[in-house]
Amino acid sequence: MGHSSVFQYAAVVGASSGMGAEIARQLAATGGRVALVARREAELSALVGEINAGRTEPIAFAYTHDVHCYAEVPALFQNLCRDLGGLDAIFYAAGVMPRITDSEYSFDKDRAMIEVNVLGAIAWLNEAAQRFQAAGKGTIIGISSVAGDRGRRGQPVYCTSKAALDTYLEALRNRVGRSGVRVVTIKPGPVDTPMTKGLDKLPMLVSAPEAARQIIAAAVKGKRVAYVPGKWRPIMAVIRSIPSPIFQKLNL
Amino acid sequence: MSLLAESPHKIELTGPETCPQRPFLPRDHAESVSGWGESWRTVGYVYRPTTADGIRDVLTLAREKGLQVAPRGGGNSYGDAATAREHLVLDLTRMNRILHWDPETGVIRVEPGVTIRQMWQQGIGDGWWPPVVSGTMLPTLGGAAAMNIHGKNHFRAGVLGDHILHFDLLLPATGEVVRCSRQENPDLFFAALGGFGVLGVFTEIRLRLRKVHSGLLHANQHVAGNLAEMFERFEALTAQSDYAVGWIDGFAKGEALGRGLVQTGQHLAPGEDPRPAQTLRVASQELPDTLLGFFPKSVVWRLMKPWMNDFGMRTLNALRYHKSRLIPAPAHTETHAGFQFMLDYIPHWKRAYGAHGLIQYQCQVPDTAAREVFREILALCQHRGLISYLIVFKRHRADNEYLMSYSVDGWSLALDFKVTTENRERLWSLAAEMDRIVLGSGGRFYFAKDSTLHPDRLQSFLGEERVQRFLALKRRVDPENLLQTDLYRRLFTGAADTTVEAPLPSPLEIPR
Repeated sequence: MGHSSVFQYAAVVGASSGMGAEIARQLAATGGRVALVARREAELSALVGEINAGRTEPIAFAYTHDVHCYAEVPALFQNLCRDLGGLDAIFYAAGVMPRITDSEYSFDKDRAMIEVNVLGAIAWLNEAAQRFQAAGKGTIIGISSVAGDRGRRGQPVYCTSKAALDTYLEALRNRVGRSGVRVVTIKPGPVDTPMTKGLDKLPMLVSAPEAARQIIAAAVKGKRVAYVPGKWRPIMAVIRSIPSPIFQKLNL
Repeated sequence: MSLLAESPHKIELTGPETCPQRPFLPRDHAESVSGWGESWRTVGYVYRPTTADGIRDVLTLAREKGLQVAPRGGGNSYGDAATAREHLVLDLTRMNRILHWDPETGVIRVEPGVTIRQMWQQGIGDGWWPPVVSGTMLPTLGGAAAMNIHGKNHFRAGVLGDHILHFDLLLPATGEVVRCSRQENPDLFFAALGGFGVLGVFTEIRLRLRKVHSGLLHANQHVAGNLAEMFERFEALTAQSDYAVGWIDGFAKGEALGRGLVQTGQHLAPGEDPRPAQTLRVASQELPDTLLGFFPKSVVWRLMKPWMNDFGMRTLNALRYHKSRLIPAPAHTETHAGFQFMLDYIPHWKRAYGAHGLIQYQCQVPDTAAREVFREILALCQHRGLISYLIVFKRHRADNEYLMSYSVDGWSLALDFKVTTENRERLWSLAAEMDRIVLGSGGRFYFAKDSTLHPDRLQSFLGEERVQRFLALKRRVDPENLLQTDLYRRLFTGAADTTVEAPLPSPLEIPR
């Protein structure tokens, strides 16, 4: 019953690549038990194998799941809690940002973004919120984006999905915060992950391990909103304050 | 699905419509379930049946879902004895009816969720007091029987099981209820008492109370300047007392190591109390709702909180000792409830221990070795810089007739330790060190208090033969292993992640 890990039991949804994979790796490195939920089975089992390598008892557990399968979530959530032996924190790191051109309006791509970035988060974090409220503790971490701070011309629905996630997380925080549950909104700028691969001129790009380190630090502190890296906070404060008529004319 | 398939906006990913909904447990049964010390906190799916059929329903649910069930009473075990993290918790507190009471013989028949409080309140007006009670009146009889609890009169009255005439046990294998007594199913009788709830679920317990002729006890307090004096005083006092309990200042060193107080209680003889009808009323027994006559008790734990550190506790322990030494408490009378239920005086006092709660380390050591072993343990705690803020000392007798025996003809030391994130691992390795000292002397451990024991050490105190007999009986009455508490999983199935086996500092060096 002794432990020293940052979160003794944690779940990461969207754990097969990018920030999610790094968060899972780093949580496991502190000795905590981690449930990894992801769609791609091959990547997932490789990562779980890597974490468990050389251990007599596994500490990482793999769950293949497509976040579109909302109906599967309640049972899967209970099962992973049981396999872990508890749950102290859940990281929702699943997210998609399909490439679109400046004049493209693709409902398929838009729908995918809303389903993965928003509805999947709601399906998972609703479960976590109810459980944590009953337990009187727990930390919910949603990986949003600086993109949610403003409706930009380049990615209308990606921005929308992240703004929706921000508002959902804020509401969740206001709903369960007084029960001892912490809800952390993470707003990363560009991070070097498969999602951003091939995009050019990304300002202040940080590596996935560095982003994961900052995300876990913010989660442990139970911050309400954390920009990753932190210097995005003043930058986004400025960008948010640009009046719409001017913002419309800028190439942001 | 059909709509989607025909849609021009068909997406590649699996649609939600194709995902089968898998069954899950009702979310509103998920509750925080902790050990009493709150250093062990879990989430379990709690069910509170009111009938034997309700218990069977929970077992059926467990069977269908491939889950396990932990019976739970008042939840007063310090560690993981009444929890089943992420599994089902069978909370029996709503099966709390007193089924029969005979004021002539003092025999009471109760459901398992009846508390010690209900029991004494039922009996006292007719001049009967429970034969064995814990330091708190909140445990249920089901939980008390499962742990085979003892009180401050263990050396005289034995364990609770000694006063139980029969109980009914619902067996998980068949769902049938079997009567167990010294004559009927004696193997189950002596295994389920002390069997920490994993052999079956108590549905009814019948026991005999003790006749008392007054609502009061003669109470005395005696000062002991060190451990040798403590043993000597205690030994002498047990000969003339019905109850005795020792308190030790864990901070006292050197010559004063083991200093403390002995409190004794003795029943009044018939006729000694001029107004027994008055003192035997429930109202005369109620604990005061203020401290020192004016202070509201409910806020006291908050005031204790700033003192719950080494400095504060060193001061308070020393104050208590010296106050009692300089101003000896005169012999007086005290109510039964007031004398017995010391842990109920300050509501929520455990909260003063802070966010990570407390554990209690209790060991039972044979008479011949206890003086040396307790001296070693007290010195070891001081040497490791992990000092118990409350140490309780008692005299016991052997309970070998019960399969899961925890007691020996000897003494017990119970040490409360504050748990913090910083000291947690050191505390567990201190416990492992103390275990070795205790086991070396032929000592035993009490599951109701345990948080730290390792399965290897279980075999060494119970002996492989007892453990195997217990497990064989369990296979007979619960072949699917439905009844499993976290303690059972930790100690009997070797489940990982519940214990920390810390390396022992070596060589073992304790200042003499």
